[in-house]
Amino acid sequence: MSNSPAASVLPAASATVDAQTDARWRVALRNLFPFAVVGALWEVTAHVGVFPRRLFPPLEDVVATLVRLTASGILPHHVFDTMVRLLTGFAIAAVVGVAIGIAMGRSRRAEDIVLPLVSIGAPIPGIAYAPLFMLWFGLGNVGAVLLVGFVSAFPVIFNTWTGVKAVKEIWVRSAQAMGADNRRLFRHVILPGALPYVLTGLRLGLAQAWRILVVVEMLAAVPWGLGWLIFGAREFLNTDVMLAGIAVIGAIGLALEHFVFKRLEDFTVVRWGMMVS
Amino acid sequence: MTASSDRTVSLRRAAITVVIAAGLYEAFARSGAFPPALLPTLPTIARRLFDMIADGSMLHHVLYTLYRMLFGFGLAIVFALPLGILMGRYRPVERFVLPLASALMPIPSLAWVPVFILWFGLGNTVSVLIVFYAAMFPLLLNAWSGVRSINQIWLRAAGAMGADERALFWKVIIPGTSPFIITGLRQAFLRAWIAVVGAEMLAASDWGLGWVIYDAKEFLNTDVMMASLAVIGCIGFMFERVVFGSLERATVLRWGMMRMAKS
Repeated sequence: MSNSPAASVLPAASATVDAQTDARWRVALRNLFPFAVVGALWEVTAHVGVFPRRLFPPLEDVVATLVRLTASGILPHHVFDTMVRLLTGFAIAAVVGVAIGIAMGRSRRAEDIVLPLVSIGAPIPGIAYAPLFMLWFGLGNVGAVLLVGFVSAFPVIFNTWTGVKAVKEIWVRSAQAMGADNRRLFRHVILPGALPYVLTGLRLGLAQAWRILVVVEMLAAVPWGLGWLIFGAREFLNTDVMLAGIAVIGAIGLALEHFVFKRLEDFTVVRWGMMVS
Repeated sequence: MTASSDRTVSLRRAAITVVIAAGLYEAFARSGAFPPALLPTLPTIARRLFDMIADGSMLHHVLYTLYRMLFGFGLAIVFALPLGILMGRYRPVERFVLPLASALMPIPSLAWVPVFILWFGLGNTVSVLIVFYAAMFPLLLNAWSGVRSINQIWLRAAGAMGADERALFWKVIIPGTSPFIITGLRQAFLRAWIAVVGAEMLAASDWGLGWVIYDAKEFLNTDVMMASLAVIGCIGFMFERVVFGSLERATVLRWGMMRMAKS
């Protein structure tokens, strides 16, 4: 269909538009179908009563809880606190990580000094540091934010370092031959050249930060936060609250991935033609 | 400057950095500016590590963690790899599973811990299931994209040479997918390793590396924490280098499907 010499005649064009909306509907339905099946299975299991309703609530209960928590402002408060922690921690990681990564990529000495320390810290899963950070910085926000920053800095450092080293030698030499001084070289050649890697690093770092933060909020006894919302609900057997919280966590994770970084990439490296979207 | 002397310079600098960092830490720890319970000296940590290894408790913790880890990881392999391959081969399976997988994937595995604790009680089941959940998605997606990335010509050629479905599967699809599967195993291992430590902290049991770190917090046993952190780091490093490295050498590198990265 796609290789027909189309679109010169108007009626044919409108027909393809119709076919397109039709196809879009079909795709949407096809994507919804598995959710309908799983949802129906869930409903049947919940209503048959094999498991107690408190532990296995039907979907309408979960949705009702979600609406109730949102309307009363409790859920937005949890989301807000979590996002503040996430963004503060991630901002620290982004600034420090990119700076260290660039230093490592540009100077052999910095690379030799930092790399062993980073390689020792990296293979330990971030969550294992959590109790240590809690002892050092106390329960609550400071420890949580620092841990998120610390953990998400590793992928940022590694990718920035690789990116700076991957800038083509010819670009650097030709810029120098054309008389670029160090600052211009950095701003116009190295930074844009390394940017696809840096963005990948930031993306991985943010995903890492998100995963760690949810657990840290469970462990660190913060008063507000999505992790605490689902962990605290355990005491009262509020499985519906937990499931609603998990749905929100998943939605935020998806949004971070799709909206924030897709946009950033479209604006920079894709527009410059360094990457195909 | 030759490459080898370049390397020795790097190595010497690396060694110096580590020594200086350790020295700084030691100076901080001994300066008395921080309570020694929070910042134990390196000899204290080493002694504690040695004690825990000597009395067998560290081995016990490690074995419990590895048991949970490998059980969950094994389940994920048995479940996700065939499903991923089916997704790559059959359109209806792909259309059914892919939307579900993309909806579940952005949920961090550890967010399920409270729900699983309610459903299955504290203990091994929770950790094993969390590991399973964490390891499943990288395996599923890599197997799927691996099968889809197989060169169509290979399939047609094998078909033309009279390969039946089974021969096609074992001789073309599995070797062709293996670089992706190994990448998937690597990613899945990293996720699972994080998940098992986190799950052990939350779903308290009596043994396990995550549990021992978390439990040490209650008694301010920072030396126990640091010793366990070192062990966790070593195991993670060993798996990454030794297990997956040799797996790669025995399969895809030997078959010439991937070249060794230049170091």
